[in-house]
Amino acid sequence: MAFPHRPDAPELPDFSMLKRLARDQLIYLLEQLPGKKDLFIEADLMSPLDRIASVSILKVDVQPPSHASLARFSFDEQYKLLKSDYHCRQHEVDKLYKVENKPVLSSSEQLCFLVRPRIKNMRYIANLVNADKLAGRTRKYKVIFSPQKFYACEMVLEEEGIYGDVSCDEWAFSLLPLDVDLLSMELPEFFRDYFLEGDQRWINTVAQALHLLSTLYGPFPNCYGIGRCAKMSHELWRNLEEEEDSETKGRKPEIGHIFLLDRDVDFVTALCSQVVYEGLVDDTFRIKCGSVDFGPEVTSSDKSLKVLLNAEDKVFHEIRNEHFSNVFGFLSQKARNLQAQYDRRRGMDIKQMKNFVSQELKGLKQEHRLLSLHIGACESIMKKKTKQDFQELIKTEHALLEGFSIRDSTSYIEEHIDRQVSPIESLRLMCLLSITENGLIPKDYRSLKTQYLQVRPEECIFKCVDFSKRGVGERVGEKDREKHRFVVSLIYASTGKITDAFSSLAKRSNFRAISKKLNLVCGTKDDKAPSESLRLILVVFLGGCTFSEISALRFLGREKGFRFIFLTTAVTNSARLMEAMSEVKA
Amino acid sequence: MRHDTPDATDLLPPTEMSFLVKFLELMNRTKVDEEEYWNSSKFKAFTFDDEDDELSQLKESKRAVNSLRDFVDDDDDDDLERVSWTGEPVGSISWSIKETAGNSGLNHEGREQLKSRNSFSSYAQLPKPTSTYSLSNFFRGRTRLGSFQSLSDALSDTPAKSYAPELGRPKGEFRDYSNDWSPSDTVRRLRKGKVCSLERFRSLQDKLQLLEEAVSMHDGNVITAVLIFLKRTLSKEVLFRELEVRQVALRHLIHFLKEIGDQKLLLDLFRFLDRTEELALSHYREHLSIQDPEKRKEFLKTCIGLPFSVEDSAHIQDHYTLLERQIIIEANDRHLEAAGQTEIFRKHPRKASILNMPLVTTLFYSCFYHYTEPEGTFSSPVNLKKTFKIPDKQYVLTALAARAKLRAWHDVDALFTTKNWLGYTKKRAPIGFHRVVEILHKNSAPVQILQEYVNLVEDMDTKLNLATKFKCHDVVIDTCRDLKDRQQLLAYRSKVDKGSAEEEKIDAILSSTVSRAATPPQPGETDSSQSSIKCIKGYHRVTTQFLSATVTLDLVLDMASSAVNGVTTEPKWLSPRLLEKGANVAGPPGGALTPDCTEHSKL
Repeated sequence: MAFPHRPDAPELPDFSMLKRLARDQLIYLLEQLPGKKDLFIEADLMSPLDRIASVSILKVDVQPPSHASLARFSFDEQYKLLKSDYHCRQHEVDKLYKVENKPVLSSSEQLCFLVRPRIKNMRYIANLVNADKLAGRTRKYKVIFSPQKFYACEMVLEEEGIYGDVSCDEWAFSLLPLDVDLLSMELPEFFRDYFLEGDQRWINTVAQALHLLSTLYGPFPNCYGIGRCAKMSHELWRNLEEEEDSETKGRKPEIGHIFLLDRDVDFVTALCSQVVYEGLVDDTFRIKCGSVDFGPEVTSSDKSLKVLLNAEDKVFHEIRNEHFSNVFGFLSQKARNLQAQYDRRRGMDIKQMKNFVSQELKGLKQEHRLLSLHIGACESIMKKKTKQDFQELIKTEHALLEGFSIRDSTSYIEEHIDRQVSPIESLRLMCLLSITENGLIPKDYRSLKTQYLQVRPEECIFKCVDFSKRGVGERVGEKDREKHRFVVSLIYASTGKITDAFSSLAKRSNFRAISKKLNLVCGTKDDKAPSESLRLILVVFLGGCTFSEISALRFLGREKGFRFIFLTTAVTNSARLMEAMSEVKA
Repeated sequence: MRHDTPDATDLLPPTEMSFLVKFLELMNRTKVDEEEYWNSSKFKAFTFDDEDDELSQLKESKRAVNSLRDFVDDDDDDDLERVSWTGEPVGSISWSIKETAGNSGLNHEGREQLKSRNSFSSYAQLPKPTSTYSLSNFFRGRTRLGSFQSLSDALSDTPAKSYAPELGRPKGEFRDYSNDWSPSDTVRRLRKGKVCSLERFRSLQDKLQLLEEAVSMHDGNVITAVLIFLKRTLSKEVLFRELEVRQVALRHLIHFLKEIGDQKLLLDLFRFLDRTEELALSHYREHLSIQDPEKRKEFLKTCIGLPFSVEDSAHIQDHYTLLERQIIIEANDRHLEAAGQTEIFRKHPRKASILNMPLVTTLFYSCFYHYTEPEGTFSSPVNLKKTFKIPDKQYVLTALAARAKLRAWHDVDALFTTKNWLGYTKKRAPIGFHRVVEILHKNSAPVQILQEYVNLVEDMDTKLNLATKFKCHDVVIDTCRDLKDRQQLLAYRSKVDKGSAEEEKIDAILSSTVSRAATPPQPGETDSSQSSIKCIKGYHRVTTQFLSATVTLDLVLDMASSAVNGVTTEPKWLSPRLLEKGANVAGPPGGALTPDCTEHSKL
């Protein structure tokens, strides 16, 4: 059921090195401020941090057994735990705080801030330092920017008159391995900053990340790209390589190809509802940094559970890329198998029983736990989706993608707005309509916008304005509509004869570029397969990618005997894209 | 200089190959380092502002020198003649060194270590920093990690650069400019996060060249850095004029101004660029921060005249009118509620104020509390509908939700009843009747009411589904009869209560071949359903009175979200039959993608 890779599929490189690297670097940075200190962590950095280090590491050099138990907790939990009374000495992080707009009650003589380079963080720190100054208090302050610092931040520090009072450092932590084949930069703001504001500040970060990868895993012999941002990142990256002329030259490449893709070459795929399991889980529960919080309705207990979703979860691994409709069948089959295995113990004698208990039982129990979790998740998804008329929604999306019964779709969207189901969803559908129809006719645009504003006034006029930049009201080139369907249809298709679907779809896909290149890469298909590294492909999504897209490429890889590695600025979905467009929070 | 650099590596954490690597690197780069060195110290040591007031600066620098004397020395003879016109403390350090002619024998790097340690204390004596970058080299210390040296080599600067603070190196100060960094070198240094003097770029041409280099480098951070410099050193007219033809840079500046919240300059910029709409929006946006409704209203009034597009100004006008209305309604209703004379407010006290709510919520509110008011009053729903040109659909949905919530079934009935010119009445809804049914069900309408509307659903399949779901037995039975679906009828028999009227009815139909042979009546207009409507009408009047007392309402706050929502349904979108349908729609034309059942079962 999961994608069993062809026997000749290449091995993936080991990305755990990236974690180790980031962790060591952070520890080193903390050591630069010797002595006891309080650490302020930006909320956005907590989950990524959680994935590479446990709090005990910040505090203790090598994890001693006494603290090993702590590692089980997530950062958030530990944060609470530590806030209360837990103290540790060796790395001398005394207390942890979240960077938030609250007065700070820290008595430590040294404060260390671990933040994203954002203006509001600088103001926060400045207020804190200036308040200390007023109170005649002298402390040491250190700001660690992750992944890099910006001149604009330094400017704010200078303006606020605290430039000399705080020391700055950079923690170049820009690649977080979320899974064996998925690296995330955890920079959701990339999308807004670049595609909406036209600010290219993160391009250097991308270039640095690529440079790091090529340093660790050898040079990439072949490079392809679609989009302006891809081009710029590539150029900057090349510059970097030339300047540093590092030792990578002579190394054997581990990854044969790299594809750089701009998000704006294909908004449609990202704006569609996702129907593969992992995508649905993301749409419904929001996967954050590779883990998800399953609430009581899923766990069927009274507390929620944080679950790591990756290839290590055997059950999840098998269903993640599947169309949701297949998942139920699979899970129930799995449950039956499990039952059968449990049942086997009935006819056992003592010796067999002993074997069973010592060898199999643990695995079975583990599987049991996972299974019940995912079944719970499925049920919960079903419940939510049926409540929202998912069937009709999907139908409308199909109609939009295929370009038929536009009137019906338009009135469905109108109704969707009027019923006040979910403003973000309505907005998403409007965008989808606009993009697939190459812009709206003015009458529709006006009426949709008016109705939308009647539901969500004031703040949303901004959204609409942003959209006139993006799509609503704007006419896009004629061929675009054809372009966007590939991944979506592919996912829908994944129940059926997928190969046929693929070849027919590939012809008109915007991922055509990829498949074309793939063919080039394959050369003549039946000839000797190219060497292993040449069949490893790094796909870089600038501006984020969805789990559906990842599934689609995993599938493509399986079909053609490739392995894809994904590097994305952030894992996204339609709701996140829409939220990024909205200015309300700003 | 050259002889000093190898020493630098001694100060590094002793790591295996790092020494060698770094040494070689340094040998290669000494020239570069030197230039770098000169340049940045020049910058550090001198700021143009100081020129204005050399004398006082000199005094200040003397003081600084005295305090620094202990650890300062230098062996650079060339500094002597420069001392006379250096107006700045660090410059004079070298002068003082001349005077003392001391040479401690410390090597350069050692001294620099020393200085870096002292840099914090001497910081206070420095003249005010004039540039963002002027002091950043204090803190430039890039992180060096002994544990993965080779990697950091690739990632960060060469060691000599990374920890030499370069304070108090005035030597390059007035070197001829040919020695300085070219715009492209400067930009490259900036990209690496290094300190770099921009003050040198004084002519407009230089500045623009610098900007162009930054843009062609693609790093937004550097572009912003250059823009910060330009913003500080150019008048805004010139800056705007030059940026107008440089779109990439312009967008960076706009984003930067938004981020730091420099609203004034941003507005100036929009004005200059003639982007009137953005200007207007930017202004309009400010209303969000105004809490007081009266003040907000006044502010919105000022927005009406702004140069929005035609339709947007209509929205703004509406926004203003709406708030104006809400203020009136709010005052009035608060009074009514407090007086306690009005029944509706007593039964369903308001949960929140209506101020600043969206139009739809306001409409819901007025449908809830002011449904029967004549059109002339501000709070009547009809008036709202007219004033804001609310489309029929939206109006009906909202009114339906509000009246259903109050269980005012006769109002619901009236909402869909239209009379034609002959006086016949007919049910009509701008939204599908299946939606109506869902909303009614959500507000727990009695089966009789539901039945009436389920019957009005045109599509047979939908009707059957809804009827089954909401247990409208009569409708299911009648529909099955009309469809002559004996099988389904038989199956349905098991779902109704034993010995109930429904069971009898089914049995009657099943046994009577006549009824099956008879021509089916038009869907939705069967006799039985007509009669059921009649009896329902009598019934629901009773129920309304009976039930409305017990109904509790969670109003205004959740109005927006809960007003009209879907209803829990069977997980129909996964039933195999529908799946097949779905796959046909989903797949590419040709329907090659019907789910493969065999594969299914293999699992």
